[in-house]
Order: sequence, then C-alpha cells, then structure tokens
Amino acid sequence: MMNNYKIAYKVSVVVIAVLAALLVGAIIIIAVGGDVFNTYWIIISMPFMSMRTFSEVLIRMIPLLIIALGIAVSSRSGIINIGAEGQMYMGIIAATVLATNCGSLPKIILVPLCIIAGGVAGGLYGFIPGWLKAKLEVSELLSTVMLNYVATQFFNFCIRVPLLDPTEKSGTPMSRRVAENATLTRLFPGMSLHQGIFLAVILVVVIYILLFKTTWGYKMRAAGASSRAARYGGINVSRYLIISMVISGACAGMAGAVELMGVQGRAVAGMTGGYGFSGVVVALFGALHPLWIVPASFFFGILLYSQVNLQILTSVPPNLVKALQGLIILIIVAVQMVISNPYSMERFRKRFFAGRKKQNIRKEA
Amino acid sequence: MARFEKITELSVEHITKRFPGVLASDDISLTVGEHQILALVGENGAGKTTLMNMIMGLYQPDEGKIFINGQEVQLRTPNDAFDCGIGMVHQHYMLVPNMTVLENIALGMKNSWKGIRVDLQMVRDRIMEISEKYGLKVDPDAYIWQLAVGEQQRVELVKTLCLGAKFLILDEPTSALTPQETDDLIVLLKKMSKELSIIFISHKLNEVKALSDKVSILRHGKVVFEGSTADYTPKQIAALMTGHEVEVNENTDEPSKGEPALVIKDLCVRSDRDFLALDHFNLTVKAGEIVGLAGVSGNGQRELAEAINGIRKTESGTIEFLGKQIQNLTPGQVIEAGMGYIPEERNTEGIVPSMSIKENIILKDSESETFSSHHILKNKVIESTSDKLREEFDIRCPGIHTAAGSLSGGNIQKVILAREIARHPRFLVCVYPIRGLDMGAAEFIHKELLKLRRSGVGILLISEELEEIMNLSDRIAVIFKGQTQAVLEKGQATTDRLGILMAGVKDDE
Repeated sequence: MMNNYKIAYKVSVVVIAVLAALLVGAIIIIAVGGDVFNTYWIIISMPFMSMRTFSEVLIRMIPLLIIALGIAVSSRSGIINIGAEGQMYMGIIAATVLATNCGSLPKIILVPLCIIAGGVAGGLYGFIPGWLKAKLEVSELLSTVMLNYVATQFFNFCIRVPLLDPTEKSGTPMSRRVAENATLTRLFPGMSLHQGIFLAVILVVVIYILLFKTTWGYKMRAAGASSRAARYGGINVSRYLIISMVISGACAGMAGAVELMGVQGRAVAGMTGGYGFSGVVVALFGALHPLWIVPASFFFGILLYSQVNLQILTSVPPNLVKALQGLIILIIVAVQMVISNPYSMERFRKRFFAGRKKQNIRKEA
Repeated sequence: MARFEKITELSVEHITKRFPGVLASDDISLTVGEHQILALVGENGAGKTTLMNMIMGLYQPDEGKIFINGQEVQLRTPNDAFDCGIGMVHQHYMLVPNMTVLENIALGMKNSWKGIRVDLQMVRDRIMEISEKYGLKVDPDAYIWQLAVGEQQRVELVKTLCLGAKFLILDEPTSALTPQETDDLIVLLKKMSKELSIIFISHKLNEVKALSDKVSILRHGKVVFEGSTADYTPKQIAALMTGHEVEVNENTDEPSKGEPALVIKDLCVRSDRDFLALDHFNLTVKAGEIVGLAGVSGNGQRELAEAINGIRKTESGTIEFLGKQIQNLTPGQVIEAGMGYIPEERNTEGIVPSMSIKENIILKDSESETFSSHHILKNKVIESTSDKLREEFDIRCPGIHTAAGSLSGGNIQKVILAREIARHPRFLVCVYPIRGLDMGAAEFIHKELLKLRRSGVGILLISEELEEIMNLSDRIAVIFKGQTQAVLEKGQATTDRLGILMAGVKDDE
C-alpha cells in the first residue's frame, strides 16, 4: 500500500516535471513564432527516422558520454570538474600533433597512440586544478574555469600558428587533416557513426568497475563523501583527489581526440562545441553513475542533434534547444529535491489522502 | 494564535506521528502542570525529540491534539509555539559564535527591531530583568566564543526567557557540562521551577532523580511508564527504560603487568587556534590496561587523540608505540602500526555517513588481503564479514546496505567499535565513547572495552564522565591545560578529588 503510493508519487512528480518543461518550452516557441507541435515532433522523431539520423545522435553522444564518465569520477571524489572544456582542447592539440605528423605509422598503432596522447594531455591539464585543490585548497570552480580560458586561447593560437594548415589559402584557422591512418573508421557506409563508440562502451565498463569494484574507487568515493572521515580512516585524501582529476581530465582529453579523429578530421576553432559543459549536466543527470550516464548522454545527444534539424526544417532558432536544455536541467534539479524529500511526500499525502489513511491505520491495528 | 498570561497546564493527547517506515510517536499522552518538572527519559530513538519538536511546532502530529490550559492549540510553526509561551533549549546551542550575547539575543527578539535599527538598549534591559529574576548571570557584552559551554547554556536560557517563554523544554541540557556545571544547573532549574514549568529530556538518571517531580519513560514511541520520581530509585527507572535490568560494567581485574604500549613524553601540540593545546604532556599506558584521561573538554584531549593518530602534527616531544616512534606519521601509517581509534565526532570522523554499513566496515582495510586482491574488492567476504559483525555487535539496522549515517548514535558507535575491534588493534584510543548514547548502548560498549582489555590490548579512554572513567580504568590521569595534572591508581580516585583536579587545583595545593 505504502509502496504503491510511493511509486505513484514519484512517477507523477516526474511526469508533471516533463509536462511543465514542455509547457514552458511551448510558451517560448510561440513567442518566437514557431509551431509548437511540429517543433516537438522534430525533436523527438527525427533521430528515429533512419539509421543515418540515429547515428547522428550517437556521434554526439560519444564525446558527451566519455566526458561525463570522467566528471562522475571526479565528482564522486569530491571535486567538481568544470574544466573538461579546456582538458578537451589540450587533448585535441596533442592528438592533432601526432595524427598529422605520424601518418607513416600503421593504423593499429597510430589510432590508440593518438587517443592515449589526448588522454595524457587532458590528464595533465586536469592534474593542475587537482593538485591546487589538494595542496593549496584552491577552489576547483575558480581554477578549472580559468584554465578553460587559457586552454581555449592556447588552442586558438596553435591552429593559427604552429599547427596551421599551410595549404589552406582562405585564411581559416585550422590544422592539416589528420592522416588517413589516424582516422576512426566509419562503421557503416553512408553513416557518420565511427569506431569511437567502442571506446565509449569500454570506458563505461572500466569506470563502473573502477568506481564500484576496486579499492581505488572505494577510496575515492569515501574521500568524496566525507574527506574528514576518510582521513581518519587512513586514506590519503589529497592523493585520490588528484588521481580523480587526472582521470577526469584524461577522459575529456580522449573525448577530444575521438572528436578530432572520428568527426571533424582536423582541428578547427570552437570544435569542443560546449561538450565540456554539457558533460557536467549529463553526469549529474545520470546521477554520477556510469550506467545511468549512458541514457542521459543519449538524451542529450538527441537534444544536440535537434539543433541541426530545427535549423533546416523550421523557422525556430536552434538556440531554442539550448534554452530548453536549461529548462530541463532546472526542472530536474527541482524534481530531485522534491523526490528526495520524504516530508513533502508526507505533506502531500496528508492533504489529499488524509481520510483514507486513517482507515488504513485502523486496519493495521 | 492564542496568547496565555501563564501556562498552568500543557497536555498532549493521543499524539501519533509517522515517518516513512517508522512510528516515531505512538498514541502518546502527557500532562505537565504548573511549576512542575517532568523528566522525559528513554533510549535513543525512543521518540523524545520528535515529541518535543511537535510541541515546538517543528513537526505536525498526524493524529492527536495539544492543549494549553485546557484549550486546544494548533502549533504549525516554531513561531506559534513561541507565541504560546513555549521555549526550547536544544542540545546543540543555536548561537552565533562571533557575536556578543546581546546581539545573539536581539536576533530572536523581533519586537526590538525598529525598521532598520535594532533597539539594543531595550534588549539589554530585558536581559538584566530576566537575569535578576531567575538568578542567571550573563555578561551581555561577552562574545559567545569566549564563553564556556555552561555559560553558553545560560545564554540560551536567557534568550529563551527573553522571548517570553513561560514553559521550558530542555533537550539533554547536561550532556556537554562538567560535573560542577551540572550541579549548578540543577540548582538553577529547581529555582526556576517556582516561576514556570519545565520538561527536560535526559539519559542521566541521577539528574532525573535530583530534579524532576514526575517522570515519563518512552520506548519505541510509546509511553511505557509514568510516575512520581520520588517513588523510584534510578536503578528502577533504568530497568524500566531499557526493559531489562541494567548491569554496571566495572573493571575489577588485577592491574595489568604488561609492557608499556604507548609512551608519550613531553608532547607539545598546537591547537587550531595556534596556542599550545598540549604543553609537555606525559603519559604511559601499558598493554592490557585501561587508562582513563579525565578532564573538562577543551583541555587538550582532542589534540592528544589526533596527535597519536597522525591527524595532527606535533611540535616537539615523542609518542612511542610498541617501541616505535609514531609522531608525525600519516594516519594511514599509524593505522598500519596497529592503532585503533574511536574518534570524538562519530558522525563526521568515525564513519562516512552516506556510505553503507558494509563500506564503513572496510574503511581502514580496503587494501587488506581479507577484503581485496589485486585492488579488486571481494564483495562476498565484505558482506559476510559485515553480516557477522552486525550480529555480533547487535547493530540495529535494516541491513548492511543501509547508509551508516541514517542510524542512531548508538548504532553508529557500534559500527565504529565493530570495525575497530574486528581489525584486532594492538591499542585503542577511545574518545568520549558513550557521549549522547543511551544506557543500553553504553553498557554494550563498556562491556566490549573490558573484553578488549582482557585480551591484552591497552586502551586510552578519554572521557568527561567520571562514572565511566572510575568504573573502567585501571589508572586515571587528569588533564588540565594540556598537562598531566595527576595520575591516580584506581583505588585513590573519588569523584570529589577528580573534580578538584579537573578544575586545575593540584593535589598538594
């Protein structure tokens, strides 16, 4: 009885939240002069129209997923990494250097090498805020955001000067194309889905095992949940804080390498596309759990892909999707607060089911 | 909301309150008359605080009614309760440390707020008036952080009375006080009961006996006993409270002839506020003995326990553990050397509250061969060990997957104790092990400590409870301002003598 009520309560809260998000979104769509149903229909249906559109969603999901996995590791260890954007750029730079210069290496070596290079560069870049926090108690919110600026500008410099494609005459800042042996092969003809998806799947499993099955992950989670108790328990909290940031940065760096080698084919301005920030949202949306992050990143992949479709098929500006994203995030946070608060559930029940409940108590007695 | 000139009677009738999965109050009825002191006793989790929170308007009862002077009142918020003249002093004081007494009291007195200005003179007059009337001495201009715990409590009392309380609820008022402060408080409350009525919550039956007119015992959310205090001995009340005869654990064994296990020489340690919290402190504890360290809290006990366990750096001096110097090692290295530790703050230092019981059991040993191989956790072993410990240590919980932080204080302490004892320590530092625990849990913990002692483990027992120290210790050391004031053999110690030593007076003065 009690349990049925609980489930019904939670489900209805989620349903109401989704409806609320759609409703507010509808108001915005009307305000910009769009067609509400058509817009929503495009967002929801387009990804499932064909294998081609589905694979478009997947290639957006891959970097999001990889980044969010890393962010889950650091968040569970007590440090919020909002520097994935910068770490991704660093990963791209390192991977670009290798991928454009070592084309003579066989593919089986070059591809992993480039991804590892991206991971190492991102990891090192994640090490900095981790070390600053562990040793000097510098807030990671400050250090990671600042390092994002540094990395973005360094990347912009690289694609304009040292990595600039000499054959490019139009003056667009971009690197040379990555060598053929450094590209991630597309899995099906005519579709953009590439081998990067394997890396994503492997990482889901690896991060899951790391967090929940190994002593390292256990200690990271203990340090993140209560650094004081972990210290009293003999855990070297600073060490695991730094390690978690290195892992987090490495994930972002690898995501950058994958984006370079699987989608863009060369380093171009703005190629992180905000994945670093969306990754934070995906990680939180996925409850910082590797397995939940998979559907979460798929959902955000759909939203990102719909930006493209809305531009082509409707008069609704694609930025609307960003606004919708923001709304959804706010509503999720609110829903989590409501669901995790047993008192609001009690209060709700008392107000609407007070009569029925009394009878139940008598029955139990 | 009705206002009352005075409260001649407060009663609750048939109060029931359910929380998800718990029946916190089960058809409770109580009455407190004018000038009466009602002691509300019961083990942790019996529902005392929930009941008081309903009278304070923090929770609403699911069923039942509250009456003041025979008139039903609806207490929906704490403000409603204040308006009716009910005031509560919580176990954890609600004071802003870096504000003065005057400013703290002005915070709650809304009628002193004149637009953007606060009428401090009015607040001051009110404090003086209350202070005179009840004999509560406070200095309005002192900062809270400058005050001792007993003085802070007086400030809380004055604050509550300034807000117009005619009925006082005190939640474990003596839990943080020294024996002397406790005696003072009891005298004070007796005097105050001539003006108002009081409900006080307590575990300590001597105080219940000394202070209250009536006693009500709660168990599992039900009133299991009501009576006039004068008719019962503390022992009878204890039996009613726990549901069985309470045995006092006493250390009656021969003194240990073991080798010195922990030797502290001339130890100097700085506190967080940078003064010398330990100032050339000396102490030796042998294997197989319990040394009780008595002292008013804040005299260096925390720093001592932390220095031994590698949490705090030492300034000078040595800590020798089984022949090896351990000062300034990391906590991990000290644990590795075989040190066990029951820290002061069980919720934040002893366990990771959001993690499950089984994860807390392996906190110090995740890398041990028992619980992992090649860094992969052996979940089955962890679960079976946790289940076994749960049974052995009578940890009352829905299961080993429950978050440790959701347990009651006594059960959290049992989780910590289980972990520390199961890892077979060679020594145990035990800080305020039964603070805030009910008698059943305290009894259990004391029994385990004595068992551990008999197995040859040395124990440093840091406590403020003289009864606990005198019952368990082979020798008793007294700490005052970071120095060893005296070390007494078991037979030499009396409550009075220890009380005097704790206050800083040396034996020969």
